[in-house]
Amino acid sequence: MPSWQRIFGLAPPGPVIVVRRHAVVTRIAHWVNAVCLLVLLMSGLQIFNAHPALYLGEASEFTRPVLAMTAWEGPDGLKGYTWIGQHRINTTGLLGVSNVEGVATPRGFPAWATLPAPQWLAMGRLWHFAAAWLFAVNGLLFALWAVWRGHLRRDLLPTRRDLKALPHTVIEHLKLRFPKGDAARRYNSLQKLSYLIVIFGLGPLVLATGLTMSPTMDAAFPQLLWLFGGRQTARTIHFLCAFSFFGFFLVHIVMVVLSGAWNNLKSMITGRYVIEDNHGD
Amino acid sequence: MATDRALARRRFLARIGAAGTLLTLSGCTKLSQKPWVANLLGEVEKLTLRAQRLFAGSHALAPEYAEADIAPDFRANGTQDPASDAYSAHVANGFADWRITVSGLVEHPLSLSLAALKALPSRTQITRHDCVEGWSCIGKWTGVPLATVLAAAKVRPQARYVVFHCADNMAAAGDVPQFYYESLDLLEATHPQTILAYELNGAPLPVKNGAPVRLRAERQLGYKMAKYINGIELVTDLSGIAGGRGGYWEDQGYSWYAGI
Repeated sequence: MPSWQRIFGLAPPGPVIVVRRHAVVTRIAHWVNAVCLLVLLMSGLQIFNAHPALYLGEASEFTRPVLAMTAWEGPDGLKGYTWIGQHRINTTGLLGVSNVEGVATPRGFPAWATLPAPQWLAMGRLWHFAAAWLFAVNGLLFALWAVWRGHLRRDLLPTRRDLKALPHTVIEHLKLRFPKGDAARRYNSLQKLSYLIVIFGLGPLVLATGLTMSPTMDAAFPQLLWLFGGRQTARTIHFLCAFSFFGFFLVHIVMVVLSGAWNNLKSMITGRYVIEDNHGD
Repeated sequence: MATDRALARRRFLARIGAAGTLLTLSGCTKLSQKPWVANLLGEVEKLTLRAQRLFAGSHALAPEYAEADIAPDFRANGTQDPASDAYSAHVANGFADWRITVSGLVEHPLSLSLAALKALPSRTQITRHDCVEGWSCIGKWTGVPLATVLAAAKVRPQARYVVFHCADNMAAAGDVPQFYYESLDLLEATHPQTILAYELNGAPLPVKNGAPVRLRAERQLGYKMAKYINGIELVTDLSGIAGGRGGYWEDQGYSWYAGI
């Protein structure tokens, strides 16, 4: 296990070198993206709460949601349920019913998870679309830059050696042992793959499914509906994308902390990253 | 010692970071209550409108569906029955005396009965209704293209918006009446699928879905498609009507452009 000194990067065990880790474009794009994703997720939950149910196909078959959050007034008070298909889970307090200023209230996601906190669809939409534009432009500029300046080829595309080393890297990560010294100069194969999937897979997918929910975009590009199997399926995929981003975020934070929180955070702000100098060994 | 100073600095920065995050999140809710924030975020609406018009133009058609896709019961939202004495009297006599006026910036103001409207060439379309809440429902609508009615009234060149006045009062009982209203610009109003619909799934429009006449604007969200229409007005700008933002829900903070 990494010691707390390691986590805070206070006590490097031996001689160190400072390397330039992240280009300024990467750093700016990273933080703009982080803010956008937070606003998008929370305002997205606000929008979802206006009709907390997901369906498959073009239209909503109201009696057959694939996921739904409902409230039910029982003999012992208001109960919140989450339905996955026909399967019912009591989620009182978190999903379906949660406290709003101390009062149990029917709502999909709780007030602390939504932007704005109270039920306010119009404002949730304003935040969502403003952040969506910034997210799209920022992502597009970063992707173009990464292709143009070779960041994609040099740092993100896994080499044959990376792919061969993948099983080993997975095991090392599970043991919470991270690359050191020269090996820490580059992204490892797991990093490369997850960043590639998120930037060039999940990002475009969340945008495209979001646009498929727009009736005007469906008039301009009916292929979108064909591609995703209908507007309601697109909405469901959009929701799954949002939680994939959230899952990525959680793992990302854990990895950042365990592999040296301060060093990582600093490198994403100043660009400079400290690695152990193992050349003297 | 340098390490102590560094540690203190890091603790300080970590606290600033944590406080910043908390402030940002609760701050966003507080910010939402400030009109300038809503206005600033609302500026994005113009960008969205321009971008979507670039792709969809004036004639890209909303997808149309097959009979088999029609929902057995078309979900009604908002007003389910205006329930005023006047409206109930119209329901009782089958809307025989219902009139839709076309006024404002037109050469020939009109007052159309339901029969006169039905005598005009009609369009039938099976389309998907997308509610701002997130759900969708498919129905078959028959009605008169709004472009036909506007052509008959001869729109003056100064006109930019078409306003729809409705019979449902949104204010609480005893308050000053606030009738539902909506508006489209001329591009969306004259789109081939924008119709004044009087039939749903081959039957007269039910009360809960907006009898006798509602708007269908198939490239827009549900709240644009005013129900219980009794007046159409052509105007240069929207600021003089009700809350001035172009519609009942717009006056409550929803975007005027509802293509997304």
